[in-house]
Amino acid sequence: MSAGTAPLLKIEGLRVEFDTPHGRVAGVRDAGLTVNAGEIVGLVGETGSGKTLACRSVMRLIPFPGRITAGSVEFEGRDVLAMRPRELREFRAHDVGMIYQDPFSSLNPVFRIAHQLTETLRANLGLGKAQAHARALELLADVGIADPERRALSYPHEFSGGMRQRVMIALATASQPRLLLADEPTTALDVTTQAQILTLLKQLNQERGMGVLLVSHDFGVIAQVCDRVAVMYGGYIVETAPVEVIYTRPEHPYTRGLLESIPRIESAGRATRLPTIRGVPPDPTEPPPGCVFQPRCPYAQDGCEKVTMALEMVGPGHGTACPVRPFTTPQRPEAAPTGAQV
Amino acid sequence: MSAIDLLSEPAAPGATTVEAPRSGGIIRRLPLEAKIGAGILLVLFLAGLLAPLIAPYGQNELDFTNIFSGPSASHLFGTDGAGRDVFSRTLYALRLDLGVVLLVTYPPLVVGVLVGAVAGYFGGLVDAIVARIVDTMIAFPFMVLVIAVIAIVGPGIKGVLIGVPIVAWALYARLARSEMLVLREQQFMLATTALGYSRWRAIFRHAVPNLLRSSLIYSTLDMVVNLLLLASLAYLGLGAQPPNAELGSIIADGQSTLLSAWWIATLPGLVVVLFGIGAGLLGDGISDGKLRGRLQ
Amino acid sequence: MLNYLIRRVALAVVVLFGLLVATFFIIHLVPGDPVEIVLGGHAPPAQIASVRHQLGLDRPLLSQFGLYLSRMVQGHFGVSFTLGSPVGQIIGQRLGPSAALIGYGMLLSVLIGVPLAIFAALRPNRWLDKAIRVGTTLTFAMPGFWLGLMLALIFGLELGWFPVSGYSGGIGGIFRTLTLPALALGLALAGVVVRTLRSSLLEVLQSEYIEAARSRGLSELRVVGKHALRNSVMNTLTILSVNVGFLIGGTVVIEQVFQIPGLGSLLVEAVEKRDYQLVQTLALLAGSAVVLASLAADLVQATLDPRVRLAGR
Repeated sequence: MSAGTAPLLKIEGLRVEFDTPHGRVAGVRDAGLTVNAGEIVGLVGETGSGKTLACRSVMRLIPFPGRITAGSVEFEGRDVLAMRPRELREFRAHDVGMIYQDPFSSLNPVFRIAHQLTETLRANLGLGKAQAHARALELLADVGIADPERRALSYPHEFSGGMRQRVMIALATASQPRLLLADEPTTALDVTTQAQILTLLKQLNQERGMGVLLVSHDFGVIAQVCDRVAVMYGGYIVETAPVEVIYTRPEHPYTRGLLESIPRIESAGRATRLPTIRGVPPDPTEPPPGCVFQPRCPYAQDGCEKVTMALEMVGPGHGTACPVRPFTTPQRPEAAPTGAQV
Repeated sequence: MSAIDLLSEPAAPGATTVEAPRSGGIIRRLPLEAKIGAGILLVLFLAGLLAPLIAPYGQNELDFTNIFSGPSASHLFGTDGAGRDVFSRTLYALRLDLGVVLLVTYPPLVVGVLVGAVAGYFGGLVDAIVARIVDTMIAFPFMVLVIAVIAIVGPGIKGVLIGVPIVAWALYARLARSEMLVLREQQFMLATTALGYSRWRAIFRHAVPNLLRSSLIYSTLDMVVNLLLLASLAYLGLGAQPPNAELGSIIADGQSTLLSAWWIATLPGLVVVLFGIGAGLLGDGISDGKLRGRLQ
Repeated sequence: MLNYLIRRVALAVVVLFGLLVATFFIIHLVPGDPVEIVLGGHAPPAQIASVRHQLGLDRPLLSQFGLYLSRMVQGHFGVSFTLGSPVGQIIGQRLGPSAALIGYGMLLSVLIGVPLAIFAALRPNRWLDKAIRVGTTLTFAMPGFWLGLMLALIFGLELGWFPVSGYSGGIGGIFRTLTLPALALGLALAGVVVRTLRSSLLEVLQSEYIEAARSRGLSELRVVGKHALRNSVMNTLTILSVNVGFLIGGTVVIEQVFQIPGLGSLLVEAVEKRDYQLVQTLALLAGSAVVLASLAADLVQATLDPRVRLAGR
């Protein structure tokens, strides 16, 4: 992170809205994060937190009727939101790549693997037919697919989930993008395959210096590969910190709750109560006043309904949106919180 | 302590409240499209039904002083080569044709749904045989089959009344069968077995009411197809014989004077189109436009 | 793949057999004596008897069927009474115009329907899509012969662009004499094509692999034109093959409207003259055409969609 160079990706104040029959709904309310060159940044949150939307915003792939209504997305200093269609296509083709959660549905079922790879190589890199085919085989080998000559002639449904995800990665990284967006790439895979894919991502990151934005709801996945983590809730980023810091010194009640609710292997054999976060995520059409987490927060105080959501730096590279610190004893015992009625 | 406590935590309620369903029954809840369609159909059926009462002239009232006159206040659709009022003829033709359409659409629907439901429910050999028969019948071009039947029994309404139902039931049977194959795995159907209901009871009291819905939606389409078929046959001279008026034969009569007396061929045709629009709107409205895509 | 092929062909053969049985019974279901009807009530009994013998109607049913079967398969369709020549010959003469009409009609329906469906799917629920939907409802509701008459009235009689009857061969002749009839035939089918293709495209365009393709920076043209359409072309094929029956029925009528000497008008003539041989053969022909078209469509689909092939269904 040399001073003066623009970060690889910088999102600020992002707001993504949908027009629904129930009114205007914001999936992302105010999100900001940074990915520097060669970094792996994790974006953690539960379903509905807005993390997938935020991820898709980077490439402006928000499905209609959603729209980005505020904020900025900058890639190496360039304004992505202002890009014209042709520039945007170039951007997508060469600078950023994306892989998806379900590798089956993100590969076109009627084309062979080789074809899908060579298509990208020829369209985006202008390679000739034979060249593209050779390069496709190289790419497949790079992502760890054995016997690429034979495999490349198969169709997606003939592959296992892990292999499809590898193919996805090969496709997305074919034109050597400097940033890879990974939207829950391991959620649909079993644990062993998960580990393999994460290793692959880490390897690509180290060998090519490719930055990665890894979106997941699984803290375990995040912990394995990320350098920094951003936690998202209710459309806001509520905490961001280097990975060790977030594990040892979380400064937001939501992050704390998430970490505490991970089952620990030490408890095997001794049944202890698994801590949970009470309540449910906020209704997207009617967000709670003030802090978006406040109805479920065990540390909430009067005044929490009046704060503005904003990140406050509390350490090097460590920001939190919670003004109530340090967290000593919970202000309210585990009785009914205000807001969402139990 | 752990799991039981977790399980006993009451679930948090959703933020929205449940609205009470509005009274007014099924009519009120239909979308606008369907209401307009139903309205058009109603007008047409009534016009046909009441033809003897509302037609300004008789079906075959000749008036040789007034041949080939264009649409006017006294003759809404003009007159033909024998001075007959085209509007009145159209009304009577509507009466005949719509009546036949109902006769060749709904009885086959009932038979087809029953056969398809039974075949789908029991599966196995019965189902395989029925499916083969049904597919064979559907493979046949409708028009050619009906014409073949007419070749056998002679022209006239008889031919249509026999020929169309022979194939029509197969369409409903296929629809009902494929739906039954899905339906039979549903919870409430499995429950009927668990409750010890007889299979016939399960089929007729429980499954068929559900199957009827999609068949009824499809029948709006089918009515149009049948009316068009009737009109085509009448046009070819294979339908009801003169002097009975049929929409197709009126139009056929108008062909020789197409340029000079365009109203004879054009206006009755518009009535047919109107029927098609009405039925189409109704069917689309009820099924959200997925109807035709799925069933063609 | 081979498995699938065999299965489909076997199925087609079974259905064809069913058709043979059904058409065989055409002559036998006629109330009264078909021979008397054809010859007219006043023919001498000797003639009636000899014709009966010729047609094989004096033999037991099963052997008649065997005879019928062997004849049909060999292509000996018998002799038409009313026209005097062998049925096969008559059909051969009039096949051309009908085939041209059906082919042209299908072509028009695809040329009109596919682009409209794409426009409608790319901008769903905007005014173009709604207008297209209204249009398809209209064409669906129109009787084919009426549409033909209207087209003849406007473009043939009023504007004089095309002749309104007759047929001539060759590319130029077909264009001149068959455009209006093919339009009448094809517009209704185009409506069906638009509806089905649009909804299938809409579904495909929502898929993740389409988004993934966009995310790789592939151009919109490529994404829609190649990826989306490839998956939807199957549907179009199915529609077309399922509607071959409709097209055949349509030609019967359209040929009458435009006085085209094809198989459709032949059928009508045969019915009017009670020529059962002809009716039988034409019915069999029509049914077989539908079965073969559906078989062809299935095979093409198997080629294009690997999932169908490998699943073996």
